[in-house]
Amino acid sequence: MRTWLATGILALWALMAVAGAWLPLAPDAIDLTRILAPPGSGSPLGYDDLGRPLLDRLVSGARYSLLVALTVVSVSLLTGTFIGAMSAYVGGWVDHLTVRVIDIFLAFPGILLAIALAGLMGPGIDNVIIALSIVGWVGFARLARAQVLALKSREHVQAAVVLGARRLRIVVRHLLPLISAPLIVEATFAIAGIVIAEAGLSFLGLGIQPPTPSWGSMIREGTRYMLVSPHMVLAPGLALMLVVLAVNMMGDRLRDRLDVKRERTGLERNGQGEV
Amino acid sequence: MIHFLLSRLFSALVVVLGVSVLVFFLIHLVPGDPVEVMLGETSLAADREALRQALGLDLPIHVQLWHYLSGLLQFDLGDSLYSRQPIGDILLERIPATLMLAAAGLLVAVVIAFPLGIMAALRKDTAWDSGAMGFAMLGVSIPNFWMGPLLIMVFSLWLGWLPVSGKTGIDSLVLPALTLGTAMAAILSRMVRMTLLEQLGEDYVRTARAKGLSPGRVVVKHALRNAMLPVITLLGLQLGALLGGAVITEIVFSWPGIGQLVIESIHRRDYPVVQACVLLISLTYVVVNTLTDLCYAWLDPRIRLEGGGAGGIP
Repeated sequence: MRTWLATGILALWALMAVAGAWLPLAPDAIDLTRILAPPGSGSPLGYDDLGRPLLDRLVSGARYSLLVALTVVSVSLLTGTFIGAMSAYVGGWVDHLTVRVIDIFLAFPGILLAIALAGLMGPGIDNVIIALSIVGWVGFARLARAQVLALKSREHVQAAVVLGARRLRIVVRHLLPLISAPLIVEATFAIAGIVIAEAGLSFLGLGIQPPTPSWGSMIREGTRYMLVSPHMVLAPGLALMLVVLAVNMMGDRLRDRLDVKRERTGLERNGQGEV
Repeated sequence: MIHFLLSRLFSALVVVLGVSVLVFFLIHLVPGDPVEVMLGETSLAADREALRQALGLDLPIHVQLWHYLSGLLQFDLGDSLYSRQPIGDILLERIPATLMLAAAGLLVAVVIAFPLGIMAALRKDTAWDSGAMGFAMLGVSIPNFWMGPLLIMVFSLWLGWLPVSGKTGIDSLVLPALTLGTAMAAILSRMVRMTLLEQLGEDYVRTARAKGLSPGRVVVKHALRNAMLPVITLLGLQLGALLGGAVITEIVFSWPGIGQLVIESIHRRDYPVVQACVLLISLTYVVVNTLTDLCYAWLDPRIRLEGGGAGGIP
């Protein structure tokens, strides 16, 4: 039942993101007669402080949150896994150096480095993706490294070495398939973390810039009118929470399914809820 | 123990150095000419040159790095471009507020998480358990920047019990601390539940029960004490997230701490201050983590005897 609920929310999120491009949405259409109008008056979720329909903005915002989350997690997963797995397999000074670099990156608390990076590089969706990817790869690298370390002396790997397989081939063909389960679980939790982080950066004015709708910046705009128009804060926040909740529930479910030990995977380490 | 201590301190030092160097390079990420970005496109060439010299950006990069690192060793962080004050003084002014918020957030987290986690573990697979874990799931899924406005809406605007924002008295701390502490409480309660359940399945717990100890005593004196170790590590690790989360919480509540300073300085393009804040928060995190590690080794002799760096900066 809970899985169905989570799947439903995620499907709706994806549908909003994909179909949003074809729907006749008017996220930037200003209707001065409906400024701060409550839900039900013309648009199901009401209007914002400039008289723009909130539902249209919410649906358009889904596209950016999904786009950023998928891009960042894919980039982080690929680079992080590659660096971590290769480093563990090659060993020696390469591994030593990688561990130090990972340690250094992990010394920056959660969102802080992303805030600094996005702040210095300037706002915009590209920079948000770059900033979050720079922060994101580390978790995957650490996880992939630990997993490969535990597996690299297995017999099938030794057999591949004896047969003369090259390092890259061994890592990609013989090790990656075995470590994919924990990485998939980590990636699921990372999606939740990135959705919150993107919204957080946009909330701070460092992410996606107006008039492009982002759930984070919609919440920020809404905080100025909380007393008169609580719907401006409630609608985007609720959407954001439901998506993150659904992703986290899926992550939990996947972890149980794939039987991944829950030793400090995504949820605990990222402290994503703290953003 | 000495060996363990030295090796932990050495890795901490390497991390501190690495963090400092990385923060140094942050300013070089500013697209184009950072001086032009800071002063604006209409600035005079002479002003730009003056700022470039003041920041040392006209020097070769290794000389800049050397000046920066030797300045750090003398606690000289340079001056703010905006207020012209020494950055060290500005930070000192802001540190107490952030510390106060972080401590209160931590307190909220512990006060919520322990009863919740213990209750869920003791009544595993009942409605109490799923209720507590449902709350925990909700807690990690609500971002600070929505939780804060929600609390303000209910407790400040509708009920009028607490101030909306700013740092006035102890009552102004309540909502920011709740906002900051809830997510951590959620994560912590899951951890308390899990480790306590593991311990409750151990033989020594059965022995304690068999010899007739009261259930409360078995949990508090025996199982919980052993369950504390991973929880302490998690507390240390979560402090980083807490400090990061404090940045956003401070913005939501106009709380005059380091986090607010970071964002203000980003908007003012006062990049040296941004660098200093990031450095300060990260170094605090490194120090706390190292201390957590040492505490852990002190509490559990197995770690230092095996010489492994269990726990540690993850």
